[in-house]
Amino acid sequence: MSNQSVFLSGFGRQIWSFGKKNVPLLILIFLLILFTFVAPNFMTFGNLRTLIRQISFAGISSVGLMFVMISGGIDLSIGSQIVFSNVLLAIMMADWKLSPAVAIPLILLVGTGFGVINGFLSIKLKIHPLIITLGTSAIFKGMGYIINQSRNIMGFPESFRWFGQGYVWGIPVPVIVLIVVAIIGSFVLTKTYFGRQVFALGGNEEAARLAGVNLNRMKVILFMICGFCSGITAVLLLSRVFAGQTFTGQGLEFDCLTAALLGGVSFKGGEGTIFGLMVGMVIIGVLNNAMQLAAFPDFSQTVVKGAVLLIAVAFDVYQKNRKAKATVAKVAA
Amino acid sequence: MDAKVVLSLEKITKRYPGVLALNNVSMSFLEGEVHALLGENGAGKSTLIKAVAGAIDIDSGIIKINGQEYSKMTPFLSKSLGVEVIYQEFNLVPTLSVAENIYLCEKTENSVLFNEKIITKKAIEVLKQFDVKIDPHAMVQDLSIADQQIVEIAKAVSKNVKILIMDEPSAPLSVSEVEMMFNIINQLKQKGVTIIYISHRLEEVFRISDRVSVMRDGCYVTTINTKDTNRQELITLMVGRELKENYPQRKNPPTEIAMEVKNLTGNGDKNISFKVRKGEILGISGLVGAGRTELAQLLFGAAPMQSGEILINGNPVKIKSPLDAIQHKIGLLTEDRKGQGLFLEMPIKWNISFPIIRRISKYGVVNTKKEDEIALKYKERINIKTPSLLQQVINLSGGNQQKVVLAKSLAAESDILIFDEPTRGIDVGAKQEIYQLMTELADNGIAILMISSDMEELLGMSDRIIVLCEGELVGEVQKENFNQHYILDLASGTH
Repeated sequence: MSNQSVFLSGFGRQIWSFGKKNVPLLILIFLLILFTFVAPNFMTFGNLRTLIRQISFAGISSVGLMFVMISGGIDLSIGSQIVFSNVLLAIMMADWKLSPAVAIPLILLVGTGFGVINGFLSIKLKIHPLIITLGTSAIFKGMGYIINQSRNIMGFPESFRWFGQGYVWGIPVPVIVLIVVAIIGSFVLTKTYFGRQVFALGGNEEAARLAGVNLNRMKVILFMICGFCSGITAVLLLSRVFAGQTFTGQGLEFDCLTAALLGGVSFKGGEGTIFGLMVGMVIIGVLNNAMQLAAFPDFSQTVVKGAVLLIAVAFDVYQKNRKAKATVAKVAA
Repeated sequence: MDAKVVLSLEKITKRYPGVLALNNVSMSFLEGEVHALLGENGAGKSTLIKAVAGAIDIDSGIIKINGQEYSKMTPFLSKSLGVEVIYQEFNLVPTLSVAENIYLCEKTENSVLFNEKIITKKAIEVLKQFDVKIDPHAMVQDLSIADQQIVEIAKAVSKNVKILIMDEPSAPLSVSEVEMMFNIINQLKQKGVTIIYISHRLEEVFRISDRVSVMRDGCYVTTINTKDTNRQELITLMVGRELKENYPQRKNPPTEIAMEVKNLTGNGDKNISFKVRKGEILGISGLVGAGRTELAQLLFGAAPMQSGEILINGNPVKIKSPLDAIQHKIGLLTEDRKGQGLFLEMPIKWNISFPIIRRISKYGVVNTKKEDEIALKYKERINIKTPSLLQQVINLSGGNQQKVVLAKSLAAESDILIFDEPTRGIDVGAKQEIYQLMTELADNGIAILMISSDMEELLGMSDRIIVLCEGELVGEVQKENFNQHYILDLASGTH
């Protein structure tokens, strides 16, 4: 055991061990306190509500991404999927005059279809999903540009405004959707046999295969879940922006990935919790929000985001090594 | 003997957790001799050559090369002294040319650049010695296995090799290719190169070697001149021990046939047929690479079968995936438990319940109460030593990890269990427990297939043994005829 714990006792030790397991949460608390003092506009009800709504979009997609990541995969095409779905949904409602009640389910289907494409390519080509989804990402985005024809698509039914801009008991609708998605995600991962198989796949693919898991089917289903979640995000984002542009959703996977890594979802697979993911997401939200409040130039924000991603990866590696060392020590003892 | 000793090993000891891989081994090798190294699987041959090559650190002892004493060997030092090893797995870069592979790490004179012309010229010279036609520009991946082998040898020769160690060099080669390799070995011998030749094929040892050393259970046994010995004597030396472990007595005799395999072909195995009864332990013997693990994979649906038939309780069944096998109540305890059997970073109970996770779920939701009950039941039944079932498997000892693998198969209520090297790398106490458990399982009517390289345990535990050699079933031995010599003779190939 570490030296510090010798000097602590009772309650103090409990806090110490909690903190050691929840480093991301401590970072978040630190950031919250820091910005409360540094930025006077930060800790206000209005700002916090905006902050939570800002992260809810990437948050929903990140739940889907987490399923893929726990199984040992990755999906870099999330942002591009949203670009396409967003434009297509806009066209459906503005040009084809479809009602949201028809168009939204169709878009969720399209999103799931993207997952099928990613899944099939990765099991058929047997190449790491990192490359597959990098490729499909370019394709989805390009297709989005093509159907958009450089327009700013407008003229949706007013009823569609509610999804991205409405409130229920003062809570923004996207936030409620995020909470529902997160709760379902957490339930599936921790309580169902499917969730167990996801962890098993990421923990030891060969052992999972020999235990009778249909690897190919699992991989496709996981990408479908990820695509479905991003379909939801596309709907909410279009409703929020209320204009169909190719700009919406681009690069969203970056925040999702950073949040997942910050929140303890292992890049190698086999590990991760919804709680951790959400903490990671809020950290991203707080940083983005604080940088906007401080009127950071856009380009500098990009630099900071890149740095945060690398720090998150370093943290992931550090935790792995520490665990490995602890194991070696235990075996040697 | 007036030849010079080029390599001598003095009291080399190497201990791995739970195993004494090399026990006070002393041996010496002469200049310009072909020295065969013999021993059963696990006798310590591979560890010995790794020690000479500097691939592992020895715990104690001295390696003497050309009169210089070294207590610590490194790969770099070993190479600079002229030791080259050709491992079973080739160390070639498939996408580079022959010439590039031969001079992979060499700097060409007077230049920091890689001079293709010079190395090609040098490669041609080296290859000329062997009287073979290999294009130095050809990519290694386009060569036959035999030619790749020659490139490996050429690589060693190009570095002014003094001691060439070859680990099972003939394994991937055809008969004529082996002849070619023998020619090359003879040429090297003429030049004064010492060749340490490891092979399971005894007839090759008689063909090529001048002297032969035998190892057994990590110990040096003896060295003899090849012309003064014979096949029987070598086998006796390799086996040469009495059964010393106590194997539990079985209460119930085997009953009706649980599984019948007819002409099974695929995954490197050819035309294998056998039967196993309920309550029987059928031992599967063979040397490394004989196709035993491959057979287990076939039976478990983990590798595709080309032809043949599997009958369970008299009914033909199709086993196309591990899921099919599990549904037909077949369980496989893999040889590589960390790589294939366990989720190391997950709790013990997750590991145990995983194969039956669907069965203990309702509407997709895992019944954790049932899961806890099952995990607890098997933890107690087979005595997994752990404070908590939430413990990660990675923190358990090898023996306890093996028990978790066993618990997994038992929880799945398998009727046919395939144990692939069930006691490899676990300590004596845990071994006894595994034997006891296997005996109890057989007494309860479970059919057991046991693959083992440990001849002693195979003889002690099995009711019957089938022997594989190069993917074919070469013999079946009944308990009353159990005889280590005979089985090893079959496994070593008589052709």
